[in-house]
Amino acid sequence: MSAQPQAVPNGTKQTLTLGKALNAGLRRALEADPKVLLAGEDIGRLGGVFRITEGLQKDFGEDRVIDSPLAESGIVGTAVGLALRGYRPVVEMQFDGFVFPAFDQITTQVAKMHFRSGGRIPMPMVIRIPYGGGIGSIEHHSESPETYFAHTPGLKVVTCSTPHDAYWMIQQAIASDDPVVFLEPKRRYHERGEVDETTAPIALHQAQVVRHGSDVTLLAYGPMVKTCLEAAAVGADEGRFIEVVDLRSLSPIDMVTVSASVRRTKRAIVVHEAHRTLGLGAELAARLHEDLFYVMESPVLRVTGYDTPYPPSRIEEDYLPNLDRILDAVDESMSR
Amino acid sequence: MTNLIGHPDHGSFERDPQDMVQLLTPEGERVEHPDFAWCGDDDLAKQLLRDMVLARRFDVEGTNLQRHGELGVWPPALGQEAAQVGAAHAMRAGDHVFPTYREHVVCLLRGVTPADMLGIWRGTTQSAWDTVSTNTHMYTLVIGAQTLHATGYAMGLQLDGMVGNDDPERNAGVLAFHGDGASSQGDVNESYVFAASYHAPVVFFCQNNQWAISEPITRQTTIPLYQRAMGFGFPGVRVDGNDVLAVHAVTSWAMERARQGQGPAFIEAFTYRMGAHTTADDPTKYRLAEETEHWRLKDPIERLRAHLLRSGKIDDAWLAELDDEAEQFGAEVRAACHALPVPKFSEIFATVHAESTAELEAQREQYQTWADSFESIGADSHGAANGQGVSP
Ligand SMILES: Cc1ncc(C[n+]2csc(CCOP(=O)(O)OP(=O)(O)O)c2C)c(N)n1
Repeated sequence: MSAQPQAVPNGTKQTLTLGKALNAGLRRALEADPKVLLAGEDIGRLGGVFRITEGLQKDFGEDRVIDSPLAESGIVGTAVGLALRGYRPVVEMQFDGFVFPAFDQITTQVAKMHFRSGGRIPMPMVIRIPYGGGIGSIEHHSESPETYFAHTPGLKVVTCSTPHDAYWMIQQAIASDDPVVFLEPKRRYHERGEVDETTAPIALHQAQVVRHGSDVTLLAYGPMVKTCLEAAAVGADEGRFIEVVDLRSLSPIDMVTVSASVRRTKRAIVVHEAHRTLGLGAELAARLHEDLFYVMESPVLRVTGYDTPYPPSRIEEDYLPNLDRILDAVDESMSR
Repeated sequence: MTNLIGHPDHGSFERDPQDMVQLLTPEGERVEHPDFAWCGDDDLAKQLLRDMVLARRFDVEGTNLQRHGELGVWPPALGQEAAQVGAAHAMRAGDHVFPTYREHVVCLLRGVTPADMLGIWRGTTQSAWDTVSTNTHMYTLVIGAQTLHATGYAMGLQLDGMVGNDDPERNAGVLAFHGDGASSQGDVNESYVFAASYHAPVVFFCQNNQWAISEPITRQTTIPLYQRAMGFGFPGVRVDGNDVLAVHAVTSWAMERARQGQGPAFIEAFTYRMGAHTTADDPTKYRLAEETEHWRLKDPIERLRAHLLRSGKIDDAWLAELDDEAEQFGAEVRAACHALPVPKFSEIFATVHAESTAELEAQREQYQTWADSFESIGADSHGAANGQGVSP
């Protein structure tokens, strides 16, 4: 394993956007380990269409921040070769909807290399994917493909919801010897928050209670964490004490934290943008059912995108889980 | 000094290559080419000019509509009018087109309405136009995927006996568009292989506009793209993509070959993306103004206008009339955009499957009940209800 990112005792605590925090985290990873490489479409001179890699090619050179030809399977497939050679590639898929040309490489090659080689060959690769909707975009630019990857043995899947987590988690993902699909909530790229370099981060695959409450637990991740926190604030005005858990890691899922929360509140609602059927909500409901069947006071509910393709942007607001739908679900959970 | 970027040809492509078919110089001078002749008459030449002017107007309107917040984003075809008008006019009504997301000009000429195209960028639809009456497939945003669909469609034409008949009216071919960036995709290269293997009646029309967002053509290839075709087993021709007469001549040749059963061909239309990749892009981050200026002198519309004026085929009155027509067209485009209906959310459930499922129907009902609950409290938008008591 590459060295874990360390707290910087005399480091800074500064307010950054989530996008800038990712940029800072990538910069630190490039500084920390000469084997770390970045590759992807438009990530070099342009700094990426979301500017997440802005300035990195200028500072680390074209050999470490690589503008790739326009071919996702090629980007991931060559990253496999670079990883075999001892590099730690961090590749960018430009949008969620454009990871699929690389799906074969990711699910059959990247995910299985360690297993197929009898544990001899690690695949220390990070696949960064901006994901999720709510940005008024055209088709293929608002998808939530996490389930495909979380369903694939051999991959780890994480997602951040705050600048602080973005900064630390990208470094932890790069330090991991396993391939990590790193999902970036693109509609939160401009959200600001404090990034604290001075204290060591919590473990990459640990969930976190981000708001305490006693009535019901909202289980969310990525872009939906903010929405859930807003819903919890509104709920508080109405006398509902809503707990919010940010999963952070979608594979593996930190069931210790999740179950501890639901054991206290006895009610759980999963919130995600991804389609409902066989989404993370289905997995969480099954596990809570297994762990806490006799403790829970109502069934696990889901507030999710519908089982339709992502709609045209003028009507996307009705597709995405929002405060009304979440609070309705809270009411329903509490009334059972 | 970098190691990965070490290929000697990187960044050294000629801006003004000599190996391209040209019939009209940037100065508007008619020249001849040993292999390709202009096969149209004066009326067609005037038509091409008219269509390029209207196409540019459409494009300008698209950009302006985006600036005014009417469209989410717009990918301009500015500078590529000759490539698209020339190619579109080389097709017969019975031929089939598979466009990318930038073929507004081709689609206009195929009878796709401005409203149908604008809906995609306004966010009211996803390419829901009549592909059958226009013989023009939907836009494909996933780079390169449509080239395989085009090839399969061409295979279908073959299976249906619509290639190589003695009666030319019974024959048809397919024109598959893609960009220079797309030439790197696996799908695109596989489509070349399938087309060659089955001798399919498909012509690949690559607009090499020199850029794939911020990446120059030298990131995708170290030899001219048209030279790749030979390796796949079919002819490749590079044409001056800003010369509408040459594009028309070369595409007519390639389409006729395909219809007659002589198999696929590849056309590299050498042109330039004068605008941003889309209105969301800032090209000053990655390319020099000097390069754009160089290409401005090769404007596709200017050269044909100069040629037709000089040779007395058109006069100022003709051009003034064209200006008026463009003005009126612009107004129609704006009106069509403003009139685009926003679909009801509940409609999205209906078109997921050919035969819907009980599960999905239940989700639609669940949605409807939820939506109706706002009607009863008098709110007309869930967005508004959603925002209550919360600061963003
Ligand atoms: C599979 C896939 N990957 C990435 C993208 C994002 N993207 C949109 S356009 C574009 C560049 C396309 O360049 P080119 O093929 O030359 O066509 P042009 O835009 O110049 O017309 C990229 C990378 C995409 N749409 N699809």
